[in-house]
Amino acid sequence: MTTQTILPVNAEGLSALSKNSSEPAWLTENRLKALELAATLELPKLEKTRIERWDIQNYGSFKSVSPISSLAEAPESIRELIKDQEAGNLIIQRNSGTVYTKLSPELAALGVIFTDLATAVKEHEDLVKAHLHTAVKADESSVAALHAALWNGGVFLYVPKNVEVSVPLQAVLLTDDEEATFAPHILVIADTNSSVTYVDNYVSGTSDKPVTHNGAVEVFAKSGAKVRFATIHQLGTNVTDISYRRAVIENDASMEWIVGEMNSGDTASDTYSILKGNGSTSDSKVIAVGSGSQKLNYTTRANHFGKSSESQMITRAVMREEAQAIINGITKIEKGATKSDGQQTEKVLMLSPKARGDANPILLIDEDDVKAGHAASVGQVNPEQIYYLMSRGISREVAESLIIYGFLAPVVSQIPLEGLRTQLQSVIEGKLGQ
Amino acid sequence: MATNFTIEGLKATIEGKEILKGINLEMKGGEIHAIMGPNGTGKSTLASALMGHPKYEVTDGSVILNGEDVLEMGVDERARAGLFLAMQYPSEITGVTNSDFLRSAINARREEGNEISLIRFIRQMEAKMKELDMNPEFAHRYLNEGFSGGEKKRNEILQMMMIEPSIVILDEIDSGLDIDALKIVASGVNAMRSDDRGFLIITHYQRLLNYVKPDFVHVMMQGRIVKSGGPELAERLEAEGYDWVKEELGIEDETVGQEA
Repeated sequence: MTTQTILPVNAEGLSALSKNSSEPAWLTENRLKALELAATLELPKLEKTRIERWDIQNYGSFKSVSPISSLAEAPESIRELIKDQEAGNLIIQRNSGTVYTKLSPELAALGVIFTDLATAVKEHEDLVKAHLHTAVKADESSVAALHAALWNGGVFLYVPKNVEVSVPLQAVLLTDDEEATFAPHILVIADTNSSVTYVDNYVSGTSDKPVTHNGAVEVFAKSGAKVRFATIHQLGTNVTDISYRRAVIENDASMEWIVGEMNSGDTASDTYSILKGNGSTSDSKVIAVGSGSQKLNYTTRANHFGKSSESQMITRAVMREEAQAIINGITKIEKGATKSDGQQTEKVLMLSPKARGDANPILLIDEDDVKAGHAASVGQVNPEQIYYLMSRGISREVAESLIIYGFLAPVVSQIPLEGLRTQLQSVIEGKLGQ
Repeated sequence: MATNFTIEGLKATIEGKEILKGINLEMKGGEIHAIMGPNGTGKSTLASALMGHPKYEVTDGSVILNGEDVLEMGVDERARAGLFLAMQYPSEITGVTNSDFLRSAINARREEGNEISLIRFIRQMEAKMKELDMNPEFAHRYLNEGFSGGEKKRNEILQMMMIEPSIVILDEIDSGLDIDALKIVASGVNAMRSDDRGFLIITHYQRLLNYVKPDFVHVMMQGRIVKSGGPELAERLEAEGYDWVKEELGIEDETVGQEA
């Protein structure tokens, strides 16, 4: 079945918008080409998920925003997330544009660039042009094409050669105006032997009008670079979230994904490591809690090209009420990627008879001299465990929550940033209705 | 308050099969009762039914703890009322540390806002673990996960010591223990003896009873207590086995249901 993509903007409007923002000509052209593609391409094919039935047409239109000069002016909904960050490295996007950007003078002096992508296309044009949409390509699907046509605000992070950034850089991406397009693009370039940690939060305001978030993340870890990318999505029931995250990992570089899927609306996400270089490594940890009548499709992928490359993917998901999750893990090892090792585990814990979880581990191996493994399980809370805990006087509610946290703990406890761990705990508590 | 625990005419089934066929037993604080008997006679079912395991259905009888109807209570309420069962096969729970679990158990008995302070809890736990010769790292290990049989049993005793229940049921606490571990477990039990605490020790063997002296010994067969006596009964069972009891009572097959 062909699904006609309804374009939220026409070519003329898009072109005017791009020119209004004084974008370079190549970018205007890119956007227009992507818009054409969006009209012809199909929706992405998601395993056992009929995304064509989702509410994914609510793009609104571009609305400009006014910057804020201090965090005291930041909207109430994100105060908690930016507490004590007055001096921190922080970018805040609200709806279609960036409202706040701060990079410490120390990092700036080292040559680190941390700004919104809309600014970066002008000020760091060559760097952006060489990487933008080269990992998540516009011609992959109508969704990817629309993103390339419409993206706004966004984050650009560049870490120069041999620079090691020890403090995490943070971004907060907020949608609280359903009429405004919300399509941030995150572009991270870690140059040779550099290292950096980036953390972001996707949040929404109190509106209950439908919003579509069509986002993309592209990470380039050059030779020997270390990138840790942590993202927590806690968008409301009104937001449908489609997120593509992709990393291209060069020789001896390492990538770490930490993903908290804590949305309350339908979500499709794809977290993908391309292990291009020899000796490259990737580690993905995904923690998800589904509730209400959410439809969820989470995919993690590792694609091995480099020799002796290693990937590890772990997804742990708790589904309550009537949430339905499809969880895919795809490890692909290409011919020639000898001595590679790809491991994956997906585990789903269902808390109600109406919750559904489906774990699909897939190994695609075209090389003999490799190691690969997978494990998957879907289950309910074990009544023997509940009985045991209750036999010590613990109420059923507390017993269940101990077991749920216990289920997530082996992944949460490995998150190397204490602040993030604490934050994730509290988001999990919220999602579990406690 | 003097502890009083009375079981009257208790019958219980599993999957429709009757395993307990009318158990009568009265225990007071300060007393140690041992229930002995061959495999498959309903001993562990008695322990599980008293605690309220969801697989067992109580079909008749009453269980009263200090005037309160235990059978009307949920599993957690029974525990908070003072019942404790050291299990033969404790569950393993990944991600929940031993100390978090125990602290939740203790706080479940305290009013909200009156939770035990972390430092006090840790001090208590460390002291009790030392008494049981447990490696302090077990406090931070996931509950029973990767514990050996003996470590699990010690952990059960640790919980008993921390929770300080009024009626303690030990279900085959001695199985799988070497002699040193057995002595440690026994001294843990002895340390907990008090006038307001009763013990019900379920065991195949006499050997635990060498270290924990029972006041009363009951023999269970065919889902009933068929014989009761003093500590001398346990010694005779150890020396002569169960055949003489069966002969005396005219029992051919002592087992009940399909319980292993």
